[in-house]
Amino acid sequence: MDKRRIVVPGERLPPETIVRDPNYVYEYNGEKIAAVVGLLDEREKPVFLPLQTVYVPRPGDVIIGLVSSVAIMNWYVDINSPYVAVLTAQDFLGRPFNPQQDELSRYLQVGDYIKAKVVSFDRARNPLLTVREEGLGKINTGKIIEIQPAKIPRVVGKKGSMLEMLKSQTGCEIFAAVNGRIHIQCKNPEMEPILVLAIKMIEEQAHLTGLTDRVKKYIEELKVVRGVE
Amino acid sequence: MGKQPGVKLIREDGLRHDGRKPDEMRPIKMDVGVLNNSDGSALVEFGRTRVVAAVYGPKEPIQRFVLLPDRAVLRVRYHMAPFSTTDRKSPAPSRREVELSKVIREALESIVLTEKFPRTSIDIFIEVLQADGGTRTAAITAASLALADAGIPMKALVGGVAVGKVEGILVLDVDELEDGNGEADMPVAAAPDIGEITLFQLNGVLSREELEQALEMALKGIEKIVELEKDALKRKYERIEVE
Repeated sequence: MDKRRIVVPGERLPPETIVRDPNYVYEYNGEKIAAVVGLLDEREKPVFLPLQTVYVPRPGDVIIGLVSSVAIMNWYVDINSPYVAVLTAQDFLGRPFNPQQDELSRYLQVGDYIKAKVVSFDRARNPLLTVREEGLGKINTGKIIEIQPAKIPRVVGKKGSMLEMLKSQTGCEIFAAVNGRIHIQCKNPEMEPILVLAIKMIEEQAHLTGLTDRVKKYIEELKVVRGVE
Repeated sequence: MGKQPGVKLIREDGLRHDGRKPDEMRPIKMDVGVLNNSDGSALVEFGRTRVVAAVYGPKEPIQRFVLLPDRAVLRVRYHMAPFSTTDRKSPAPSRREVELSKVIREALESIVLTEKFPRTSIDIFIEVLQADGGTRTAAITAASLALADAGIPMKALVGGVAVGKVEGILVLDVDELEDGNGEADMPVAAAPDIGEITLFQLNGVLSREELEQALEMALKGIEKIVELEKDALKRKYERIEVE
């Protein structure tokens, strides 16, 4: 019955394996070989899912960044990746910026979270961000949870099933960014810790099956124990 | 360390001073994810030799001048704790530790897919908690496990073991006593899954035939070590079971 197994670096994968991220599988003598610890799901077509990944920015990704330093014409943003991203003042303000008359720390300070889109990243230069789109910009309310980026697809679930369940069970707004950060906004503040615990449970048990139902049950139990409606 | 006169390394019954057969390794214990703050970590024990390794990264290098435009830099620090030896060891890095750091780095560089993360650094810290011979091979084993635990792409797992020659007999996995009083010590590290040798040193004298035989013994031992590494990695995830 067990069609899901843990594979370790150096293990051969079936040749027809679907590889979502080429960074974690390599070819040797024409064979596909796992380069990291991952899960090989052979229930349908074999799929290789790494259990631990490093976020590498790709143009078009919507990410949650943490402002790590303020420069004269731009901000440096920690995007939970080895590469520090750059957000220019002109882009954030939507108008030309004159550093002689204005100060960037008036708009974004170290420690602020932003939702932004990766414009470009070519491995020769650091990623460039933009907030010039609907729904992007500074995050003013709610909470940010950080998990392993490899586990974000599990939080979203198949066709968003896990995310839908979390939203309907807790009544919170949830945005899961590919770089491993999740923005949650709850109308009921007592619901916040329950959602955090549920997300941490998904992170810990991402390699197990039947997770959506178990998380749902867990949330229902927590609601009863804590008396949250 | 050093030669002690009158030490009997091979007993009358052909077994070694601690009762092992010539091709028998010491009891091996491995555990991954032993540290919380690092991205990946491992604890490896070969008998009384005990080594912990921690991996950070890939991350933006602290010193920007070390970065390479086409791949990640591997930085390795091998260090022996002051309490790891019988006489207190000065905590300052010795000549031997600097050299071993380089040797271990080179043993790992060939299997880590550094080209996946250009302009970053991967830091490996290896701390010998207790030394009883074979610390460099135990260090490579621990570092390889910690790298896998950190999710850093690598071609295959590496394991290491030393073969020695004591009183004319080749012995696998030498300990401190055999190393200090034997005729030769040959540490080897390899990745059996892809058939690559990543570390090969020899201290002392072996004949050509002995060298070939010793290498075969080492590779056989490494195969077992890598199997244990795989079990240790799988155990980490199997531990999280549903009640």
